[in-house]
Amino acid sequence: MPAVSETREAVEKLARSKYEWGFETDVEMDLAPKGLNEDIVRLISARKNEPQWMLEWRLKAFRQWQEMDEPQWAKIKHPPIDFQDAHYFAQPKKKPGPKSLDEVDPELLKTYEKLGIPLHEQEMLAGVEGAGERTPVAVDAVFDSVSVATTFRKTLAEAGVIFCPISEAIIEHPELVKQYLGSVVPVGDNFFSALNSAVFTDGSFVYVPKGVRCPMELSTYFRINARNTGQFERTLIIAEDQATVSYLEGCTAPQRDENQLHAAVVELVAMEDASIKYSTVQNWYPGDENGKGGIYNFVTKRGICKGDRARISWTQVETGSAITWKYPSCILAGKGSVGEFYSVAVTNGHQQADTGTKMIHLAPDTRSTIIAKTISAGESDSTYRGLVRMQPKARNGRNFTQCDSLLIGDQCGAHTVPYIESRNMSARVEHEATTSKISEDQLFYCRSRGFSEEEAVGLIVNGFCREVLKELPMEFAVEAQKLLQISLEGSVG
Amino acid sequence: MNDFLKIEGLKAQIDADGTPKEILKGLDLNIPKGEVHAIMGPNGSGKSTLSYVLAGREEYEVTGGTASFKGQDLLELEPEERAALGVFLAFQSPVELPGVNNANFLRTAVNAVRRARGEEELDAVAFLKLAREETARLSMSGEMLKRAVNVGFSGGEKKRNEVLQMRLLQPSLAILDETDSGLDIDALRIVAEGVNSLRGPDFSALVITHHQRLLEYIVPDRVHVMAHGRIIHSGGPEVATQLEKQGYKQFLEAAQ
Repeated sequence: MPAVSETREAVEKLARSKYEWGFETDVEMDLAPKGLNEDIVRLISARKNEPQWMLEWRLKAFRQWQEMDEPQWAKIKHPPIDFQDAHYFAQPKKKPGPKSLDEVDPELLKTYEKLGIPLHEQEMLAGVEGAGERTPVAVDAVFDSVSVATTFRKTLAEAGVIFCPISEAIIEHPELVKQYLGSVVPVGDNFFSALNSAVFTDGSFVYVPKGVRCPMELSTYFRINARNTGQFERTLIIAEDQATVSYLEGCTAPQRDENQLHAAVVELVAMEDASIKYSTVQNWYPGDENGKGGIYNFVTKRGICKGDRARISWTQVETGSAITWKYPSCILAGKGSVGEFYSVAVTNGHQQADTGTKMIHLAPDTRSTIIAKTISAGESDSTYRGLVRMQPKARNGRNFTQCDSLLIGDQCGAHTVPYIESRNMSARVEHEATTSKISEDQLFYCRSRGFSEEEAVGLIVNGFCREVLKELPMEFAVEAQKLLQISLEGSVG
Repeated sequence: MNDFLKIEGLKAQIDADGTPKEILKGLDLNIPKGEVHAIMGPNGSGKSTLSYVLAGREEYEVTGGTASFKGQDLLELEPEERAALGVFLAFQSPVELPGVNNANFLRTAVNAVRRARGEEELDAVAFLKLAREETARLSMSGEMLKRAVNVGFSGGEKKRNEVLQMRLLQPSLAILDETDSGLDIDALRIVAEGVNSLRGPDFSALVITHHQRLLEYIVPDRVHVMAHGRIIHSGGPEVATQLEKQGYKQFLEAAQ
């Protein structure tokens, strides 16, 4: 079979095909002027009715950012980003009240529909109780920069759980925000976290009090909708002693001509015996056949296991964006605490992904697991970059890392860059890595059993990712499987 | 004689390090509806190549001749279309699919074929019931449905899994490529029973084997001797016994 030419042809066809979810919603936008300076930071803060301390926090961050340079170490290439050529604040003009659905712009609801937000979640968004055994999901939808609808607040409030837009938390729960904001990802941690700290417009805030098991999965749908607005989400999740919470994040974005910058910061804090599970399915516009116009996704995600036996688990399925730069990390500061990272990264066309994790073991008996699956097709390039650090006090620390790469076609690349630093003799770090291609044997075997070639690829890829997909909440896992298949359509000749 | 599987003058080659190597050199074979035929032949005679060419493996280039099944030009069809038409190949070395749940694989395969044949798809419950019955019939543990396809299966388990697939897919032409290799006598009996249970007026099979032993359990209607990419002798079941006693030599000499 002339696999090479057919593959290339198929990938080109795929790349030419319009991004399925590329559409714009016609909602009037309130835009801040282009550019970034102290006045813009003040404007954002004022629009959000923020207290003085928050403004000062932002300004400090902005000044720090000005002193910093964009990092160059990742294995990604892109034209220089002009940070002055973007809007840093956009919000739908007819500002709907977040309390009632009637106040939500019907255009927004249509957008959710197009995005394929699962029907039952739309029902919930519409205030209709799901008539099934399904676990309810609370959605805090971020439409561009402002959370316009938040559901199930009441049920959550009864359990004592706070789940609200972070802008609201700044006003309603300043003591919590002051205490934890920037405590896991300091303002000056990196170029993009400093930028985010200066101009973040919205995101989610979750607080689960001591001993409370959050009664439902918490879910946020992000969507970048205004032309040329960077999206700077800020999410902060706190689980007190023995608290448990699972948070889902999923994204799609409309088609764009110009690159869009996305630089989110997510901070997780888990106290004694607390557990936080953070799942992401990311499907942002990857760009056209030349890789032009896709989302630049520079994300800083980090969690700290502060208390003993705390657990933080990151699961991510990354299929979109032109560039992904993302390393969800765990700081294991509590004795016997556990960090987990499960990742599937799919790149096709001209996508570039440099993603991985950091596991920082500070305390004795801490354990971490890293399972990273990388699938490259087309002319894409994918890198796993991971750090495991065992500090002197992390006696009997354990890490297991497994990185598997699957290549489709012969124009793509996969790289694994593990950094291992062990500073004590009793720690044990294991690293396993494999690179494979979908074999002709496997394809033929499946096809001789009646599978089409695409079905066969989907099946093999989903099998390859199974260890990660099984970590996702059920509903998400189904979506993720579909997404994997869609992402790789036409990648085999 | 009806034309069920009809092969005439079939030639096929494979790319061997840049130079084409002809393996099938003008092979003729007819298998009427409802008959079970066996092919025996020395190593390298092209038996496995024939099974791959019939199932549609693309590495083999057909350079001449024809092969039709149920009146359709088999060589024009994609492998999955052949499966839908009723062709089933039990692999000599079944392929491992890491992470792919066996039950899920089987159900998707069964439904793909049922869909293509215009039959109703089986839901998960109906399928699982069927799969459990079939695994029990083949003395397979139900556990094997939960494992990844062929991963960590013993040789015998892999072969049984092939027969399980065959039973579930209900083909009208089964090609068994040395399904008996690596099987102990009990497993052989079970596999043979799996094939025999499908025998009937609408089921044909091509059993490729090295040993007469399998043919004691699956008694063929015809036995063909294959050498150098051709069928050089055909006869009744007695040919297998003859081969077992005297080897291929007499047939090879007679063919020259």
